[in-house]
Amino acid sequence: MLLYVFKRLFQAIPTLLIVITLSFFLMHLAPGGPFDGERQLPAEIEANLRAAYHLDQPVWKQYLIYLGNLLQGDFGPSFRYKDFTVTELIAQGFPVSLELGLWAIALAIALGLPLGIVAALRRNTSVDYLVMGTALAGVAIPNFVIAPILALVFGVLLAWLPVGGWNDGHWRNMVLPVVALSIQQIAYTARMTRASMIEVLGSHYIRTARAKGLTEREVIWRHALRPSLLPVISYLGPAIAGIITGSVVIEQIFGIPGIGRYFVQAALNRDYTLVMGTVVFYGILIVLLNLIVDLLYSALDPQIRYDD
Amino acid sequence: MELASRLRPALRSAALMASLAALPLQADTLRIAIMGEPASLDPHKISGTWENDVAGDLFEGLVTEAADGERIPGVAESWEISEDGTAYTFQIRQDARWSDGEPVTAEDFVFAFRRILDPATAADYAYLLYPVKNAEAVYGGEAEPETLGIEALDAHTLQITLERSTPYFLDQLSHYTAYPVPQHVVEEHGDRWSRPDNLVSNGPFKVQRWQSQTRIEAVRNEHFHDADSVALDQVIYFPIEERNTALNRFRAGEIDVAREFPTQQYGWLQDNLPEATHTAPFLGIYYYVLNSREGHPTADPRVREALSLAVRREVITEQILGTGEEPAYSFVPPGVSHYEPATLDFADMSQDERMARARELMTEAGYSPDNPLQLNLRYNTSEDHRKVAIAIAAMWEPLGVEVDLFNSEVAVHYADLRQGKFDVGRAGWIGDYNDAQNFLSLLESGVANNYGAYSNEEFDALMREAAETQELDRRGEIMTEAERLALEDNATLPIYYYVSRNLVNPALQGWENNIEDIHRSRWVSFED
Repeated sequence: MLLYVFKRLFQAIPTLLIVITLSFFLMHLAPGGPFDGERQLPAEIEANLRAAYHLDQPVWKQYLIYLGNLLQGDFGPSFRYKDFTVTELIAQGFPVSLELGLWAIALAIALGLPLGIVAALRRNTSVDYLVMGTALAGVAIPNFVIAPILALVFGVLLAWLPVGGWNDGHWRNMVLPVVALSIQQIAYTARMTRASMIEVLGSHYIRTARAKGLTEREVIWRHALRPSLLPVISYLGPAIAGIITGSVVIEQIFGIPGIGRYFVQAALNRDYTLVMGTVVFYGILIVLLNLIVDLLYSALDPQIRYDD
Repeated sequence: MELASRLRPALRSAALMASLAALPLQADTLRIAIMGEPASLDPHKISGTWENDVAGDLFEGLVTEAADGERIPGVAESWEISEDGTAYTFQIRQDARWSDGEPVTAEDFVFAFRRILDPATAADYAYLLYPVKNAEAVYGGEAEPETLGIEALDAHTLQITLERSTPYFLDQLSHYTAYPVPQHVVEEHGDRWSRPDNLVSNGPFKVQRWQSQTRIEAVRNEHFHDADSVALDQVIYFPIEERNTALNRFRAGEIDVAREFPTQQYGWLQDNLPEATHTAPFLGIYYYVLNSREGHPTADPRVREALSLAVRREVITEQILGTGEEPAYSFVPPGVSHYEPATLDFADMSQDERMARARELMTEAGYSPDNPLQLNLRYNTSEDHRKVAIAIAAMWEPLGVEVDLFNSEVAVHYADLRQGKFDVGRAGWIGDYNDAQNFLSLLESGVANNYGAYSNEEFDALMREAAETQELDRRGEIMTEAERLALEDNATLPIYYYVSRNLVNPALQGWENNIEDIHRSRWVSFED
C-alpha cells in the first residue's frame, strides 16, 4: 500500500509539470500585463518594475527562473500584495477555505446521505418526490443566487447572523457561507445516494439476503449501505477539491479571506506569481485528494486492492 | 456604564434610520468598508484610493487634510516659500512623534524621499515627486540620491528645492507618496518594516492587527501631536470588493461607512436610507478617448466634433446612471482650486441644433448613410460602462455611424489603449491632487496617459507657460486657455463628472463630503 502511494505521488510529478508549464506560458500569452491599469506608468518606472520581477527577460528564461525557485519551495513575491510572499498568502488563505469546505462537505454528507436513503426507500412516494424535487432545485439554483438571498434574509432582514466577514472563523460567521456552499452538494449527494441505493437494492445479493429471512433493517444496514456509498465517495473526492478551490463566489460575497479570492484577484491583476502559486497548489491538492479517495475506496470495497 | 456606552450609538441612529441597527462593538470604534485589500501598509508601495483611506489614518505628511478636504498643516507647523517658488522651508513640529515615541525629524523625510525615488523600492507612484529637484534623475540613476532637492537644515527644519515653481506642490505633500517613513524602523527591519508587528507610524492611528482579506485594526496613537482631539479609540477597515456585500453589511449595522455603494441601488437608498446616503461632486472625469493617430477616422477633427455633438450627456447622467453625476462640457471638473474650466462651444445649443451641425460635419468629412463611418469602441468590464457605450452607439446611429463594441477586462483594455488599438476608448481620470494641471497634462504631447495621442503645439506651449507662472489666478487663466484649445479640437469627448458615493452612519459627526472624497478618521466622532 505504501509503495502504491509513493508510486502515485511519483506519477503525479509529470502531470504537475505539464500543468505548471501550460499555465505559465498561457498566462504570459494572455493580453494585458501586471502594470497595465487605468494609469500608465512613466516608462522608467515601468522598466524598473519589470526588472524587479524579471519580466524584462525572455519568457523561457522567466520560466526557468520560476522552476528553479519552485524547486527550492519559493513561490516568489506577490506582485500585488507587496508585503507578502505567495507562500504566505496561500498559508493564510488555505486553512480558511479548507475549514469552510470541510464544514460544507460535512453538512452535505450529514443531510444528503439520509435524504437520499429515505428517498430510495420511499421510492415513488410523496416523500421521494419532495426530496428529489427539492434536490433538483438545489442543483439548478447557482450559489451566487442563493448566497445574496441568504445574506439578505438572515443577515439584513432577520438580523440573526452576520452578513459577512470571517471573525477568526466564529461559528456565527460561518453559518451562511457554509449553507450557501453546501446546498448544491447536499442536492447532488442526495440524488446520487438515492440512485445508487435503488440500484443496490435491486441486485441479486440483496434479494438473496432477503430470501435468507433477514429483516429489512439488517438488509439495508449490513448489505446495502456500504456498496451504495461507493459512487458517493468517488464523487466526494473531486467535490472536496471543487469546494475548496471553487468557493470563489461565496468567499467574495461573504468577504471570507480564503484562497479562492486570491485566485480571482490574482488573475484580474495579472499577479503572475500568485496565479502560478495557486495553480500549483491546487494541482497538488487535487492529486492528493484523488489519492485519498482511491484509498478510501479500497477500504470500503474489499474487492479493490492496491497491490504493492 | 459600559453597557450604556455600547447601546448609545444604536439609540442615536435608530431615530434617524429605522432600518439600520447601527450597533457598533463599542461606541468609539469606527468600522469602514474599503474597496479592496491594501497592497501594503508601506506608503511607498501603494497606489489605490482604498489604500489611501488606511495610509492617511496611519501616517501624516508635512501637509494634511481637514474634514472638508482643505489642506492644513500636518507634521509641518509652518513653512516659507521662496520668491521664485522653488524653495520650501518647513518647520517640523517639536512634538511630532512616531508611534514608538521617537521624534519625527527632518531626516525621516529626507530618508523617505530618497527611498521612494530609489529604483530598488519599485514604487509605482514615485513620479508624483518629480517636481523635486533632481528627482527624475535620481530615479533614472543619473544622479546620486544625495543630490535630491531635500535637505534637513536641522532636526526640525526641512528644505525642499524644486526643479521649477510648482504651485500645486503643497497639495501634493499631503499625498501618501510624500509621507515620512521611520528611518530607525526601516533600517532595522528592511522590507518587513511595514508588517503590522513592526509598523511604526506618525498619524492619528497606529496599526494593531492585519488579518489579510478580512480586517485591519488600528487604534489611537497616543504619541500623535493632536491625540487629544481624536475622538475614536479604534478604526477597523474591512476590505470588501463586492459593493452589494458592503451595502448589506451596512444595512445590518456591521459597518459605519461604506465607500462606493452600487449605483444600481441609488434609488432604493434615497427612498430608504436618505440620511445615510451621500453623493457629492468628485474630482474626476469620465470621458471617451478619441484616437488622433493617422489612419483612424477620429484623426479628423470634424468627425471628433460631430461625435461629441451627438452625445446627449443629460440622458446618460439622468436616465442611464441616475446617481447625481453631472454632464461634462469641460475636461477639468468644476471645483478645482484657482481654476475656471473652459466649456465646449456647443454647450448652450439645443440638441436639434447640435445634431444638425453634427450631420453637416459628417458630410464634410465624407461620411453619409451610403458611406457610413465604421468605429470600434472599447470599454472595460463594468455594467455602467456597457450601458453608457450602448447608449452612445445609439446616439451616433442617426449620423450614420456604425459602432463595433469591444469589451475587455481592465488590464487588456488599457493595454489596447496604450497601443492605440481603438478608435474610441473609455477612460476616466481621478485627480491625484486638486489642480487643473493634473487633468490637462493628460493632453500634452507624448505624455504616457495621453492615449489618443492628441498633440497641439500651442496647447503644449500654454501648459509650459502655466508651469512657469507663480501667480495662481493668472496660472489658472493660462490653463483655461489651454483647455479651450483642447476643447475646440475635441481632443477628447468628456461625458460626465464623477460623483463620490458613500454610505455613512448618521450617528457619525465630522464626516464631510468633499471634492476629493478624502475622509480622515481623525475628524470623526459618534454623537454624544
